[in-house]
Amino acid sequence: MKKTGAQIVLQSLQIEGVKVVFGYPGGAVINLYDELPNYEVKHYLVRHEQAAVHAADGYARATGEVGVALVTSGPGATNTVTGLATAYMDSIPLVVFTGQVPTGLIGNDAFQEADIVGITRPCTKHNYLVKSVKELPRIIKEAFHIARSGRPGPVLIDLPKDVLVDTTIYEYPETVSLPGYNPTFEGHPGQIRKALKALLKAKRPVFYVGGGAILSDAAEVLTELATRLRIPVTTTLMGLGAFPETHDLSLGMLGMHGTYRANMAVTESDVLFAIGARFDDRVTGRIDEFAPDAKIIHVDVDPTSISKNVKVHIPIVGDVHDVLDKMLVVVNEMSEEFQAFADSHDDWLARIAKWKDMHKLDYIQEEVIKPQYVVETICRLTRDQEPIICTEVGQNQMWAAQFYDYTRPRTWLSSGGLGTMGYGFPAALGAQVAFPDRLVVDIAGDGSIQMNIQELATAVQYQLPVKVIILNNGYLGMVRQWQELFFQKHYSATEMSTAPDFVKLAEAYGAAGLRATHPREVEATLKKAFSIDKPVFVEFVVAGEENVYPMVPAGQPISKMLLV
Amino acid sequence: MKHVIGVLVENEFGVLSRISGLFSGRGFNIESLTVAETDDPAISRMTIVTLGDDQIVEQITKQLNKLINVIKVIDFTNSDHVSRGLMLVKVSVEGSKRLEVLKLIEVFRARVIDMAAKSAIIEITGSDMKLRAFLDVLAPYGIKEVNSTGIVAMNREVKGRSRHKIKAA
Repeated sequence: MKKTGAQIVLQSLQIEGVKVVFGYPGGAVINLYDELPNYEVKHYLVRHEQAAVHAADGYARATGEVGVALVTSGPGATNTVTGLATAYMDSIPLVVFTGQVPTGLIGNDAFQEADIVGITRPCTKHNYLVKSVKELPRIIKEAFHIARSGRPGPVLIDLPKDVLVDTTIYEYPETVSLPGYNPTFEGHPGQIRKALKALLKAKRPVFYVGGGAILSDAAEVLTELATRLRIPVTTTLMGLGAFPETHDLSLGMLGMHGTYRANMAVTESDVLFAIGARFDDRVTGRIDEFAPDAKIIHVDVDPTSISKNVKVHIPIVGDVHDVLDKMLVVVNEMSEEFQAFADSHDDWLARIAKWKDMHKLDYIQEEVIKPQYVVETICRLTRDQEPIICTEVGQNQMWAAQFYDYTRPRTWLSSGGLGTMGYGFPAALGAQVAFPDRLVVDIAGDGSIQMNIQELATAVQYQLPVKVIILNNGYLGMVRQWQELFFQKHYSATEMSTAPDFVKLAEAYGAAGLRATHPREVEATLKKAFSIDKPVFVEFVVAGEENVYPMVPAGQPISKMLLV
Repeated sequence: MKHVIGVLVENEFGVLSRISGLFSGRGFNIESLTVAETDDPAISRMTIVTLGDDQIVEQITKQLNKLINVIKVIDFTNSDHVSRGLMLVKVSVEGSKRLEVLKLIEVFRARVIDMAAKSAIIEITGSDMKLRAFLDVLAPYGIKEVNSTGIVAMNREVKGRSRHKIKAA
């Protein structure tokens, strides 16, 4: 039987197992919205298209499934760019459908026309303009395949209005044929053996783990391997949750705002095993002094990540989970040798233990609320429930990374690569849609929450009981910190003295609002917030000029940290 | 160092801009780029001449391979290959210079394809080096215009078969 393009899109989503779509209607996609109620997929109406993409992204990070967003042409499409770039940088699988003017009008500067395929080419893994309804099933099949395989990423499909109206005989393909796309999944056995041999010779080994370990669901095997070999583990911002931070071997996060012990251990290591990480400049600091004595092993599914910034001695291209599984098999086969290795670096672990005691993550408790104290208290109150913690970007993000102990993968959702302010709140809504019964918290600043604050309406409409913790210091804090440290306290454009009354604002939208101004109110206020079964804004009026430490100034080696 | 890179791509709209966008977005250099259909109309072949050290060229080939529409990437630089470009040169041939120029053309095995009162258009094919040498010797006569296709390249046959077999998808 013939189907319209709109029916084909929705039917294909069903076949791909898509349960929810985040979107915003408009003229170019009105036919799709007309069909929507006839299909099982549930649609969540956001208040801004950027939020639709972030919500789909939060859904994808929390579940491991492909997130889906649907918007109209022109401004609807251009509003997705930040969300796409965010997902692209962090390798998050998304399929985003945009409306387009009818094929006959493309290129004519028609109403609400934008060349979104051209605009998003550098911030999508791949994108498509569908020129005929006949191509539509194949393109949707390919898009989902590309989004979720290899190094995952966002794929955009641009749907001209006439393609949604035209009909064709519908048959969803079972396989894809993409001659130019064959991501390597299995690691090369020779390289794996070579890596393990190098590891066996290590006296000061370190695992440096990135978001790839979470994307490939490798946390369990990683933990087993590290524990068996007694190798200390540091994670990047994107890798938080891949290894339990409560574990003895955990070094915490490394890099610009990493822990003293993580940065020292990496600097002094003799074998650095990078696992699904990409040597970002916020991780390495000054590149020629990054792990200067280390033999570097690097496993990554994306060959372009290998030897991009740092010369790698033993590269392994492949899925992190698969490679670590294979390593564990070898470790089991040669259990005596590896046991001897595990027992051989006591002095290294002892040195790390000393570093651990030297400069702990800390702050000075005062009469005014310290933002670190708020995060620490959230951690103490909620860790057992394994909540999903989302963040905005800036100081709030760094404190959320430092003062909460992440123990499970997919419980930390943060825009790492692009650093998108306004990401956390819509991402939290997406995560809450995926897990209605779990506690979902967005740790925000007064600056970044205002970037997508309109999503309060979405939260209330669908009764998504997200808890938004606003650390209100009256500044764009991270930029202010840089101005304090490197620009002689010239606070140009970073004071945010005018902000809404967040409590009243939340109430005006139909959510709950709470505020605390003194440290002794923090715990009670948080407990109250967590007990309210609807969206809550919790404003903590915190110290205005608190800084994130340790800090490695940009361009310095990571062993040279500002500690206080 | 100069590298000649061959790229087999699916002959789809937008592929050229994906590739040129990759080069500009990542700050890679393009000295020349040519593209045309192969014997299989579903596949096009590009030849890109680029400059960069080994690490940069490694990134270029990896990044090209990562594009979904790219089927195969060949760096010709370290293999036994031939490369040719086509160039049109409009050169001044006034007065007594005319015969001198015609002599030079013969030496370089170039051809005159248009002769006017004051200038001639010359067609020459050859390696990058030969084309540059030709321009050098013509320069004193007054070059009015140059238009070049850029380099195309192909590996020589080894042991009875082509080293990089071109396979239709």
